[in-house]
Amino acid sequence: MSQDQLTLNKNLAQMLKGGVIMDVTNVEEAVIAQEAGAVAVMALERVPSDIRKQGGVARMSDPRMIREIQAAVTIPVMAKVRIGHFVEAQILEALKIDFIDESEVLTPADETFHIDKCAFKAPFVCGARNLGEALRRIGEGAAMIRTKGEAGTGNVVEAVRHMRTMASEIRTLSHLPVEERMNFAKEIGAPLDLVIWTAQNGRLPVVNFAAGGIATPADAALMMQLGSEGVFVGSGIFKSADPVTRAKAIVRATAFYNDPEILAEVSENLGESMAGLDIREVPASQLLAARGW
Amino acid sequence: MAHLAGLANVLPKEVRRAADLDVIDGLILPGGESTTLARLLKTFDLLEPLRAKIQAGLPVWGTCAGLILLAREIEGEPAHLGVMDIKVQRNAFGRQVDSFRQIAHIPTISDKPTELVFIRAPWIEWAGPDVEILHTVAGKIVAARQGHLLATAFHPELTDDSAWHRSFADLVAQSLI
Repeated sequence: MSQDQLTLNKNLAQMLKGGVIMDVTNVEEAVIAQEAGAVAVMALERVPSDIRKQGGVARMSDPRMIREIQAAVTIPVMAKVRIGHFVEAQILEALKIDFIDESEVLTPADETFHIDKCAFKAPFVCGARNLGEALRRIGEGAAMIRTKGEAGTGNVVEAVRHMRTMASEIRTLSHLPVEERMNFAKEIGAPLDLVIWTAQNGRLPVVNFAAGGIATPADAALMMQLGSEGVFVGSGIFKSADPVTRAKAIVRATAFYNDPEILAEVSENLGESMAGLDIREVPASQLLAARGW
Repeated sequence: MAHLAGLANVLPKEVRRAADLDVIDGLILPGGESTTLARLLKTFDLLEPLRAKIQAGLPVWGTCAGLILLAREIEGEPAHLGVMDIKVQRNAFGRQVDSFRQIAHIPTISDKPTELVFIRAPWIEWAGPDVEILHTVAGKIVAARQGHLLATAFHPELTDDSAWHRSFADLVAQSLI
């Protein structure tokens, strides 16, 4: 990927700012998402809560299903590949996918290395729990970052933790004397040039969304008020009682995240949220956020 | 916003509600997803008030998705504001892997070359007789002006160059005379 293409890919992510990206598993859901005002859809076979329940190896989706969704909507279509599975990424690029999510929600294909995202023309989004992880992914060529949160739980606590961690690390870094930056880079395991850029600009070099556990309009607005530039909603919409109403409500809450009156209005009468999980009751072996290196 | 803040005699302001439209002299409809923007305009009862303001002479500049909102006709789907005499083709240059950058010299906007960034960009299929064509790429119209309306298929807000913003600010200033 040329420097030009990387810039264009970061630019596409900027066009999504302030918006909601929804997980969809078929054409019907994709159309509902677009109608509700999603800025993009993530095409996948099983939403994270089903992957969590059913277990087994979770892989890239069937290209047929992705093509059908691409044909059905005009907004950008994203899809997931397993961490380190660069051939799944090649396949998605051949489909002219608009964004590739190298995602911890799928079963990792490589437990040491991530994909060399600079080798692709298509843009990548990657999950991160902290600044070091975010800058490593950007160093590999990611054009967009999202918090990992804990997907498929309907519990926003991990997304909050990750967003706050990143914000706090960026604040600390911004106030460091110049001579301490190299050691900071070493400590968090991040490329020095990106550490310097982040220190000088007080923000990540790419757009940063929230993901993993967002289930209500208030969750979405919470993440936005914590500094997120947009949100991904996975199981939260299509695992709720009334996906159409909830999808619209989350879009509105994300656009008007600072307006409690609108938040109150859109939070009314949404029906049952997805059933949630207490993270402390999830066995360590089933925590998705720990995947990624 | 950063571009506007750097211009003399311009006070940038975010427009989120219909009431915000009453205190501005010009409006930029930015890039994004036109489908999403149109839905939100409708949901928050901005579409009709905005159309009325534009018809009454409010200068508007639409970039990419904003251009689509302004168009009288959109290939394959209903128009949104429908105030500019152009027909647009959405995502005409292709998907994200087809996005591109170009350096162009457009004398009506700036005496220096400007950088044009096309992200999943539309083009203008045809333009009415009152529309002035400012720039074309591969024979397709990508920048045009009709009276108080300016439309670009590319994103000057993503570059370091304020020339297009300056030009639009001038257009707004003229409308106030």
